[in-house]
Amino acid sequence: MANLLDEKVKFLEEKANDIRRSIVEMLLEAGSGHSAGPLGMADIFTLLYFHVLKHDPKNLGWPERDRVILSNGHICPVLYAAMAHSGYFPVEELKTLRKFGSRLQGHPHREWLPGIETSSGPLGSGLSQAVGMAIGNRMNDGQSDDKWFYCLMGDGELDCGQVWEAVMMAGRDKLHNIIGIIDRNNIQIDGFTEDIMPLDSLRDKFESFNWHVLEVDGHNFESVNDAIGQAQAMFSKPSVIIAHTIPGKGVEFMERKFEWHGKSPNADEAKEALNQLRTLGGKIKSEHE
Amino acid sequence: MLNQNQKLNPKLLDKDVEQVPIRFGYGEGLLKAGEENENVVALCADLTDSTKTSTFSKKFPERFVEMGIGEQSMASVASGMAAMGKVPFIASYAMFSPGRNWEQIRTTICYNNSNVKVAGAHAGISVGPDGGTHQAIEDIAITRVIPRMNVVVPCDSVEAKKATYASSKIEEPFYLRFAREPTPIVTTEESPFEVGKANLLRDAKNPQVAIIACGPSVYNSLMVAEELSREGIECLVLNNHTIKPMDETSVIDVARRAGRVVTVEEHQVKGGMGSAVAEVLVKNYPVFMEFVGVEDKFGQSGTQEELVEHYGMGISGIKEAVKRVINK
Repeated sequence: MANLLDEKVKFLEEKANDIRRSIVEMLLEAGSGHSAGPLGMADIFTLLYFHVLKHDPKNLGWPERDRVILSNGHICPVLYAAMAHSGYFPVEELKTLRKFGSRLQGHPHREWLPGIETSSGPLGSGLSQAVGMAIGNRMNDGQSDDKWFYCLMGDGELDCGQVWEAVMMAGRDKLHNIIGIIDRNNIQIDGFTEDIMPLDSLRDKFESFNWHVLEVDGHNFESVNDAIGQAQAMFSKPSVIIAHTIPGKGVEFMERKFEWHGKSPNADEAKEALNQLRTLGGKIKSEHE
Repeated sequence: MLNQNQKLNPKLLDKDVEQVPIRFGYGEGLLKAGEENENVVALCADLTDSTKTSTFSKKFPERFVEMGIGEQSMASVASGMAAMGKVPFIASYAMFSPGRNWEQIRTTICYNNSNVKVAGAHAGISVGPDGGTHQAIEDIAITRVIPRMNVVVPCDSVEAKKATYASSKIEEPFYLRFAREPTPIVTTEESPFEVGKANLLRDAKNPQVAIIACGPSVYNSLMVAEELSREGIECLVLNNHTIKPMDETSVIDVARRAGRVVTVEEHQVKGGMGSAVAEVLVKNYPVFMEFVGVEDKFGQSGTQEELVEHYGMGISGIKEAVKRVINK
């Protein structure tokens, strides 16, 4: 995986902005769904789908592909948008999110939308599936195989006991092909994570289970990219990247508000959000004004 | 009379009939499947010996995954392994898998359509002295309602071996249910077995009642039919080992022939095999039925015999049910 040149960073910033706009548009059209998480993870998904992943949107069954395991299925608008913009299916189809008969189910279903590795929604089971894939892969292709299993998790779902069953096991088995990425945005439906069920120190928790821990600004492409590079260089243990993100990132009135965790914008809110995204938060002049 | 085509254990009706825990067949079937298919793998949650996963893990240690006491993770890890082309068999006590990890089985195995086999050992009331916490008598109900899940309850260790092996050949999720205590050997290696095909173990010229049973209750049902025959009451006995997909043709056929049905299982009456039979018969050929099973209660400590008798699934309980249904 290559380092990021300035030109690539600019390209990724623009892509992330396109993906954020798609997220707002699809949530408005759907009339329900989660806003804050998908917007907050837009930069990381952009980096994965447009720079990091070994994948081929036209060859879904390619055995050597990296696997993306989305454990917190409710942020799927960002997964769908990243997949559509990177060529898995037409961007136009994003508007079918949560509609009857749509391939874009409210929570992802791997049979309905090929290219998705696991169905998810009920929280806490993604890491176990990544562990199973990594063990199966090791049995098939040996210890030094270079497929990566990117397991994306929310911070709220770390309340689930099952996550820690899998954390313990990945540490025991030194599953270095697993790169966990935690969306550390500090919110969950009922409030701030540290009020609901404190998670800190996450670093200490993971380290005590024999994981390599990296902490980054989840909106800084270079930092996240460097962390993934480090994780790939780590041969003796699984890695987790604690990505500090701003929920609702890119839309001022949604940023840092847990109230936006589980709801979608109405027409006026979406208009304002799209305007902010179109102008990159006032940095450029919108041609639609 | 016993159905000759079924090639049952010739010593079946003897007092000293050989008894083997049904779960032993799981270990043998798993080993056989593993010898034929290198993708077969086994996972276990700290009960490797008592679930008989050890029969496999001793031969193929590199294809065995010890989960520790983590049944929820076990179901999802198996799903991940299936995604990489493996055929995972996961084992624990039925109370914990599918008891504790039902949602993981539903979402990450069945909703995902993962080729995972769930083996629940120590199922039923006959688990004995461990008591109510360890007696899974709701597991048939909670597995058969999950779309795509196949549910098989073998009647003895010989059939358990066949069921386990057969499940490895079908690329679908399975729940395999096994009892703990020694259980009389009913079938032989030569007896027919096919997933989704019930076996008529006892036939009669003018049957008054069809007893439809599964698991260790099959033996008791055969004993009851034998005793009642001496009293002039003839019964058919159907070994309904596959709860899902159910062999509707055979179930309807025995109901039509006998006109009365008694179902017998070591499970709650509500939602169990009997309920599944009733769903078939009500729609196709309604007849009077009696359900032998646990009547909305939890179990307790005791010996296998004491518990089976106390909760009504012993010889006397089944006999009474047959007589009740005749008098309806």
